[in-house]
Amino acid sequence: MIPYEETKLMKQIEECHQILKDPNGYVKRFKAESGRKVVGTFCSYAPEEIILAAGAHPFRLFGSGEKIRLAEAHLQSYCCSLVRGALEDVLDGRLAFLDGVVFPHTCDSIQRLSDIWRLNVPDCFHLDVVLPVKLDTDGARQYMIDLLKRFRVELGEKLGVRISDDDLRDAIRIGNRIRAALMRIYHLKGERPEILDGSDLYALTRAAMIMDRTMVASLLEEVAEELEKKSAGQSVAGSAQKGTAISVPAPKRIVLSGGVCNQPDIYTIIEEAGGAVVGDDLCTGSRYFSGLIDENTDPVTAIADRYLARVVCPAKHRGLTDRADHLVRLTREKQAQGVIFFLLKFCDPHAFDYPYLNEALDRAGVPTMLLEVEDRLPADGQLRTRFEAFVEMIQ
Amino acid sequence: MAEKDEAKEKRKIKTVAKMKEIMTAYYIDAKTAVQTGKKVAWITSGGPVEPLIAMDVIPVYPENHGAMVGASKMGADLCEKAEAMGYSSDLCSYARADIACAPVNGGPIGGLPRPDMLVCCNNICGTVLKWYEVQARFFKVPLFILDTPVCHTGYSEEAKRYVKGQIGEYIAFLEKVCGKRFDYDRIKEVGKLSVQGQRLWQEILDTAMNRPAPISAFDAFFHLALIVTLRGTGQTVDYYKMLLAEMQERVAEGIGAVPSEKYRLLWDNLPVWYRTKWLSEKFASHDACLVADTYTSAWCGALRYVDENDFLGSMAECHARIYLNIGVDEMAMQVMEMADKYDVDGIVMHSNRSCKPYSFGQYDIQRIIREQKGLPTLMIEADMVDERSFSEGQIETRIDAFIEVLKGKNQAMG
Ligand code: SF4
Ligand code: SF4
Ligand code: SF4
Repeated sequence: MIPYEETKLMKQIEECHQILKDPNGYVKRFKAESGRKVVGTFCSYAPEEIILAAGAHPFRLFGSGEKIRLAEAHLQSYCCSLVRGALEDVLDGRLAFLDGVVFPHTCDSIQRLSDIWRLNVPDCFHLDVVLPVKLDTDGARQYMIDLLKRFRVELGEKLGVRISDDDLRDAIRIGNRIRAALMRIYHLKGERPEILDGSDLYALTRAAMIMDRTMVASLLEEVAEELEKKSAGQSVAGSAQKGTAISVPAPKRIVLSGGVCNQPDIYTIIEEAGGAVVGDDLCTGSRYFSGLIDENTDPVTAIADRYLARVVCPAKHRGLTDRADHLVRLTREKQAQGVIFFLLKFCDPHAFDYPYLNEALDRAGVPTMLLEVEDRLPADGQLRTRFEAFVEMIQ
Repeated sequence: MAEKDEAKEKRKIKTVAKMKEIMTAYYIDAKTAVQTGKKVAWITSGGPVEPLIAMDVIPVYPENHGAMVGASKMGADLCEKAEAMGYSSDLCSYARADIACAPVNGGPIGGLPRPDMLVCCNNICGTVLKWYEVQARFFKVPLFILDTPVCHTGYSEEAKRYVKGQIGEYIAFLEKVCGKRFDYDRIKEVGKLSVQGQRLWQEILDTAMNRPAPISAFDAFFHLALIVTLRGTGQTVDYYKMLLAEMQERVAEGIGAVPSEKYRLLWDNLPVWYRTKWLSEKFASHDACLVADTYTSAWCGALRYVDENDFLGSMAECHARIYLNIGVDEMAMQVMEMADKYDVDGIVMHSNRSCKPYSFGQYDIQRIIREQKGLPTLMIEADMVDERSFSEGQIETRIDAFIEVLKGKNQAMG
């Protein structure tokens, strides 16, 4: 018999999977029911809390993977699938429910997507948040704060609201709840990889970028709690049964590193090959939720400070070895036996970092594998074989 | 029809020899910096070079080096080497070539002199940030980043403050690395020479407003090296005065860059360095002259923001508002202004796999120009350094077809 909690847990995870199958459908329904404005965002540096505080709903855009037809007239083939995909979606009317869109400055491709969007997408307000690229100077910090203050005003104007400090504090609290819950879930997954499928973990994280934030905060907190209970229960059961259980070889512990990963199948294929993702350095993973926002100071400054301190993305600069140091630390912390780099083709910032990250891991004795994906995963069998070979090789 | 040697001789630009002399001396100077005790800084093409000159630091331009690699057709080989080092073949080929050169002193001049510092301004792209990080790790030298937020729809007050503040940081950085005080009098001199050089460069490019144009974009690609590398020196001013005089003479005598100029075209994006000769001959064979381009004019585009009497003070804005660091619509406006100014019949766009900020948005610029000016555009897919991305047959066919369009238009107009 499956215990009650397990059923509840499965139901919540299933809900996230369902939403992920059709994020646009979810948001459309949510908008119709709640009357909230929907603001599309492009990157984990988009200040979601300010959008939330304005009473709007932040919705992270990824591109739905439909065939590129209309975007061909605006972007060359050597542009990443994320940027081309998002443009295709909006030009084809799939994002007609968006009231506005926010472009944080990150890479050259997003920079130009912002222009092209502004020139070709009517009926949808458009705001650039031209973030600093350096994150490690006082001047950059001041600029980041000034800029977010400006964004707060501009967004308020677009939405016809005044965003108060209290609104911001409420939004920060919700954001922090989401982040804290995801951290707990990731922590458990790292401790006991078998407790949750990788694709479930992915669904939970992605749902946090799509769903109503208040609802998803509660959902994630409940999931964390259920998982903690499950974990505690299993430890008891495990120690009671010691010696009698059939021994299944423990999965090889793997860290995923890269930018945006919108390929849930990857987790399953890794698991089937005998591995388990115990941690990541992804924008669709820990970069999204790492670092809480200080709830006790000026809210805009606190938001800026989280971005300055958070695990850095390769499109930003904070020292010369920040990312490698982080990745090596992460593999140690998670006792990972291997790292799989998941990179999108034509993504410059990540492609530039790959050799040095790889070298740093090599020096630390961590084996790696590179998977470059254009828009969809390579044929199933091929990937399976590669993962199997990698998992077999690592100790 | 082969042109008579005499006429061909007459059309050669005479100052070329002088230019080669200056560049050779410059590279020898840079390569012997260790012996002469001078410091060397690697700097991006859109970077603030004048303070380096004022501090007696020799500026070295990996991008100019990249162009030399391309022109000497060593690009594919070096790019492959970078790929073997783990760098994706989709990255900018300047960066790939330079990264591959560094550890083995490869390339046409046996590598660039070792830097004492790196100065990176991201006003041209995000690539340079990543590229300079790679080199800062490799050479273990300090890196200064001048962060110039892109001006999508304008230059915000916040950005203005931020960039201005960084000029001070830059000077402090230089004082530290060079171990001496910054010379505020000297920078005034250097600033004046820099502005003078930029004005002269603009005047030289402007001679192409004449029919026939005495200078083509292909010539400009070559003569550009000085305004990039030695901006702020008297040498550059002297050289450009000479070149300008020669161009004015050619105008007076009616000597064109192309023997019988019929079509006037504008080039967009970086040159295809390993094929400049082929392309220039190809266009010339159709009596088409590339009379202007968006690339070489970028080094005088900031003139509109410069304050000669407060060079340091206006430097921030000059760097933040250059051609590539603006929105696609403003770029289209500038292209159209140039199209009017040089009275062109069409635009040739190089869709350059290496350079995403320059190339993404070209389709929209093309559309805007068609709608607002009715000018035809030719799109060429290639890469500035990596000759593996150049398909001669395909490009030749497209050029021929484009010229047919121009001919058709001409005839229609009677
Ligand atoms: S990798 Fe960087 S630029 Fe890309 S989504 Fe993540 S934070 Fe944004
Ligand atoms: S960071 Fe990479 S994946 Fe993300 S938009 Fe830019 S190029 Fe595409
Ligand atoms: S070619 Fe383009 S991407 Fe490469 S360094 Fe120049 S501006 Fe940057």
